[in-house]
Amino acid sequence: MSETVKLWLGDEAVAHGAMDAGISGVYGYPGTPSTEILECVQRHPRAVERNIHRQWSANEKTAYEEALGMSYAGCRALVTMKHVGLNVAADAFINSAVTGVNGGLVVAVADDPSMHSSQNEQDSRFYARFAMVPLLEPSNQQEAYDMTRRAFDCSEEFGLPVVVRLVTRLAHSRSGVHAVPPREENPLRLPEDRRQFVLLPANARRNYEQLLAKQPRVQALSETSPYNAFEDGSDGTMGVVVCGLAYNYLRECFPHGCPYPTVAIRQYPAPAELLRRLAGRVRRWLVIEEGAPFLEEQLRGMLPSGVEITGRMDGRLPRTGELSPDTVAAAFGLTLGSGAAVAQVVAARPPVLCAGCPHADSYRFITEVMKDHPHGRVFSDIGCYTLGALPPFDAIDSCVDMGAAITMAKGAADAGVRPALAVIGDSTFTHSGMTGLLDAVYEGTPITVVILDNGTTGMTGGQVSMGSGRFKEILRGLGVAEEHIRVVKPVRHEHERNVAILREEIAHKGVSVLVALRPCIHVTGKEA
Amino acid sequence: MTRCDLIVAGVGGQGILAIATTIAEAGLAAGLRVKQSEVHGMAQRGGAVQAHVRLSSETVWSDLIPKGAADLILSMEPMEALRYVPWLQPDGWLVANETPVQNMAAYPDLHAVRSAIGAWPRHVLFDASAVARKGGLPKAANMAVLGAAAPFLPLPAAVLEAGIRRRFACKGAAVAEANVMVFQAARTLAESIRRPASVGATHADR
Ligand SMILES: Cc1ncc(C[n+]2csc(CCOP(=O)(O)OP(=O)(O)O)c2C)c(N)n1
Ligand code: SF4
Repeated sequence: MSETVKLWLGDEAVAHGAMDAGISGVYGYPGTPSTEILECVQRHPRAVERNIHRQWSANEKTAYEEALGMSYAGCRALVTMKHVGLNVAADAFINSAVTGVNGGLVVAVADDPSMHSSQNEQDSRFYARFAMVPLLEPSNQQEAYDMTRRAFDCSEEFGLPVVVRLVTRLAHSRSGVHAVPPREENPLRLPEDRRQFVLLPANARRNYEQLLAKQPRVQALSETSPYNAFEDGSDGTMGVVVCGLAYNYLRECFPHGCPYPTVAIRQYPAPAELLRRLAGRVRRWLVIEEGAPFLEEQLRGMLPSGVEITGRMDGRLPRTGELSPDTVAAAFGLTLGSGAAVAQVVAARPPVLCAGCPHADSYRFITEVMKDHPHGRVFSDIGCYTLGALPPFDAIDSCVDMGAAITMAKGAADAGVRPALAVIGDSTFTHSGMTGLLDAVYEGTPITVVILDNGTTGMTGGQVSMGSGRFKEILRGLGVAEEHIRVVKPVRHEHERNVAILREEIAHKGVSVLVALRPCIHVTGKEA
Repeated sequence: MTRCDLIVAGVGGQGILAIATTIAEAGLAAGLRVKQSEVHGMAQRGGAVQAHVRLSSETVWSDLIPKGAADLILSMEPMEALRYVPWLQPDGWLVANETPVQNMAAYPDLHAVRSAIGAWPRHVLFDASAVARKGGLPKAANMAVLGAAAPFLPLPAAVLEAGIRRRFACKGAAVAEANVMVFQAARTLAESIRRPASVGATHADR
């Protein structure tokens, strides 16, 4: 094997790109398909040797702000999260475009079209446009590595955070990558202007003007970027606009080159000049992009009449879900191959809780108690325990966004739902459950919270969970009455006792919390 | 031109990624271009999991294999092998472990599953778990499936074996060697099950 070619996931390519760009820290909160970025830095020998910051944060907002603080100090920082994590970090993200950055700040965000492991398939390109910052969208692992390094240079050149957008199919696909020698870390260098990060209205107005003033340069960079290209074709009956990873599917259909004039886009804002050139050549455009019809929608409103656009919005390509070589081929009226149909004996195999999972025992006592309360509801949250929605448990009534178990239970209790239960994992509780619990404590709302403390962030592969093992102290600190903090052990032989304790606590007319404490079977005996 | 597209299938937790990565790394070592798309996340909790591996002497574009284009499916589980036949070429090979993972409410009739595999023109259905047990490594069924697939890959067995040794080096030379033995036993078995050479010619050199 040639020593310089490494078989890296897209996620790992981003991690190595950031390391070789001289980061002093990576921040993040786990979330599929982004988790392997930070984990890769954690294993990186140079990161260990130089003590590059590489710990998980409590949630995406804290991670983003910590990265911004490192950038404030003049050092380079990477912050990683999944697409919905950027919702949590959005306040910090949008405002950091207004403050601008000092050391390079790159946000690596991984979208999950087709929702393989997510609640929605939102497209992070909207966020970059909203914040008015550049976004790079690699189409392969080598570009993921190269673009991450470029993103840091770009970030320092413009004084803006820069987004690197991955999608599942790149984040979790491996290919050979050539790496270059690493750059040194930045020295500590505090901002010259002490007002830069003080967004008092007077400063904010000035900064916002500066953000707008940067836009023509940001646009110009897109026009000349090596990652945006006009590729001419011999057949002018149609033109193609293809974004990010979708380029691979185009070339899978046309391995010897696409016959239609094509604009390939991997850096945003979209290159207007290249698109105008295409408009001058062809009147019928096919827009192929992974995720939402982000660019298609803009183009439909922007192009001179007479240019006809087809893509995801008119059904030429599927409106939802990730693209495939087959769906892209179909948009050209091609078929790449045809296979047999799936035999009828094949049944769906949905994910399940591992055999011996502590959550199963928790759901056994919860469902037994709730049997007696047909009008009661169980508000739950995101993690392995969401699988309690499936048979044999059928135990939960909601899973919306991290932290929503407690706050939705509170709102439902305010409306009169009795009992209103919240079932939430340990990592989810410290991510954003505990702030909502304060609301309920302050008002004495009658809810019962069950914290499933399995010692780890299980769903995403077992990352550290900060509050685990310390919930009694945390709950006391939040003001939950001592006698209504009940630690139970979710095991079969404690079942009757757990049923009795839950019955007692839902009878209480205020906030009560059960901590169901038993490690995930993958944690037992190993460090989380 | 060398080119081989394959799907590695199974149930979350069965070691599918280890098979796929060993093949992909061997591909790189043999000087081929490689892409390997895999499943992480929710499905790894006992759900259906697959990896697409593409090896070629030319540029590999898509991370995903188009329908009807795979040369080979190798599966740790019989029903999971059948889930991906829409991706298999009509003359592609289906190599599967016959031991089921019945972690679902209604696992279909096992005879029906096995006979659907038997109906595929080119297949190797064998007891990978037994091969692994015999080698003293009950958890190495994935190395047995890899071994059974070896005759159909455009890669020298020695390169795959070197990859297995590297993979298990951290567990000591004895463990690494035992894994290689499981691989070799399954490879020999697949060679013998495989129909006459004219039918069994691999599609690697098109
Ligand atoms: C905003 C946001 N960030 C991250 C995720 C990804 N995610 C889903 S579940 C989960 C962790 C759950 O851990 P925990 O609450 O401890 O439950 P467990 O899986 O261990 O049962 C994470 C990080 C998400 N869905 N949304
Ligand atoms: S990983 Fe742990 S918490 Fe998740 S289902 Fe398995 S045993 Fe349960």
